[in-house]
Amino acid sequence: MRRVVPIGPYHPLQEEPEFFKLIVEGEKVVDLEINIGYNHRGHEFISQTLTWDQVPFLVERICGICSDSHPYAYVLAVEDCAHITPPPRAQYIRTIIGELERIHSHYLWLGLAGHFIGYNTVWMWVWRYREPLLDLFELIMGNRNHYAINKIGGARRDILPEDYPEIEKYLNLLEKKNAMFTNAILDDPVIRARLENVGVLTKEEAIAYAVTGPTARGSGYACDVRKDDPYDAYDKVDWNAIVFEEGDVLAKAKVRLLECDESIKIVRQCLKNMPDGPIETRVDDIPTGEGIGRHEAPRGEVFHYVRSDGSNMPVRHKIRAPSYMNIASNVVAVKGYSIADAALVLAAVDPCYCCTDRTFVYEKGKKKYSGQDLLRLSLEKTEKIKRRYGK
Amino acid sequence: MANPKLWGLKKSPWVFHVAAASCNNCDIEILDLITPHWDIERFGIVLVGSPRHADALLVTGVLNRKSLPRVLRVYEQTPKPCLVIGIGTCTCHTHMFERSYNVVGPYNKYLPVDVYIPGCPPKPEAMIMGVVKALKRL
Ligand code: SF4
Repeated sequence: MRRVVPIGPYHPLQEEPEFFKLIVEGEKVVDLEINIGYNHRGHEFISQTLTWDQVPFLVERICGICSDSHPYAYVLAVEDCAHITPPPRAQYIRTIIGELERIHSHYLWLGLAGHFIGYNTVWMWVWRYREPLLDLFELIMGNRNHYAINKIGGARRDILPEDYPEIEKYLNLLEKKNAMFTNAILDDPVIRARLENVGVLTKEEAIAYAVTGPTARGSGYACDVRKDDPYDAYDKVDWNAIVFEEGDVLAKAKVRLLECDESIKIVRQCLKNMPDGPIETRVDDIPTGEGIGRHEAPRGEVFHYVRSDGSNMPVRHKIRAPSYMNIASNVVAVKGYSIADAALVLAAVDPCYCCTDRTFVYEKGKKKYSGQDLLRLSLEKTEKIKRRYGK
Repeated sequence: MANPKLWGLKKSPWVFHVAAASCNNCDIEILDLITPHWDIERFGIVLVGSPRHADALLVTGVLNRKSLPRVLRVYEQTPKPCLVIGIGTCTCHTHMFERSYNVVGPYNKYLPVDVYIPGCPPKPEAMIMGVVKALKRL
């Protein structure tokens, strides 16, 4: 007999509001319905009412965990549109912050994954060593989260040479702790038993669902914007993309743990090779045109598109966050596993609902626009514009 | 001791965390509070899993159309008297989301909020201080 187990929207397991309907037969999960939209704040709309320089502060507040990734992708998009190349020092600074953020985000996931399998020791332990990272952010940028380092045409703050030894000290600590986590977590028989062969997403499914980031790399699909389409300082440093074939939760955990090591490596090289010079170029205006920006966020590729009409605001700003693709793959990953594993499998993609939330318009209890309607409206509008410009 | 419940609340408030439409950061910082570095459990503050067990609600994020009815329902389910503690600039007013079509307005239109803790996100020290201030007022 089929029964429904609701998880959410305010569930002690999750910090974010989201709603899952697990459809179960006995102990086994046979289907999953995902209901999002509790967090929709309309960023794309608001950003069209702000000036170019104000938008980074807005997109930073899409998500608190990747609060460097969204502004990063946005400034890359605007720089693409305006054909600006930021000075080399700014590129290195942005790369360093991007990588430090990856470590902090992966630790956060690792802790929560421990919490989800009822292993609170892992949670407390990992988050204890995430704290020095936040101190490091405070040292460099003055805030523990929401760093505001990205700026169109450069970086907002410099990393002072006096701070290098301090940063190096933190990196040494992190490196030691990361080795400790990797050994401890991968050797623990209980954790292994809970994570191995659970929530398997095969390579074919990963490609079919277009998942990105560690979710894809844990399924043997090597996609990483930093390698495929290097930006800023990523092609000037030496590092490896971590790929595992198994596709289970353990593989995803391994990808994340080993990626932290690579990130430390990248930060070290950046600090060593950081060129001197200015940290920003002067940007007077953004010409008419459009641009795209891609950044490898901790959860996968984040994509921003901006269109400019030559004024001081974007006329269109489109955001696609990695969780939008990754969460959909939960439907196949969770099928056939027990309810006890469901929480872990749902969390394995490191979902971020703030980035993902979309909204529907309902009128008198019925959905106003379906996907087809929206497509039709869009086509009609294009036709109208074409006619207006006589093309 | 006029109200035993209030007296009990002062000693060891159990809090339930409600994220309306936040950016996650305030929520992470709240979770951070219970990890070893800050460890607010030593003050008797415990994060509980159900609003029915809670003495105080920690609300984060702006209210939007979909989360407002749910937040109100959580508030109704919390035994009274309860404290409502707004964490982050989002709860103080509508932050940067003033112009959004989906955001319904500040908290004080819908809920009696006892303490506002500004900051985006507030530092953990500020959060602890906010909770302590709220308790002192009782
Ligand atoms: S106050 Fe800032 S950090 Fe907190 S939820 Fe709002 S935007 Fe996020």
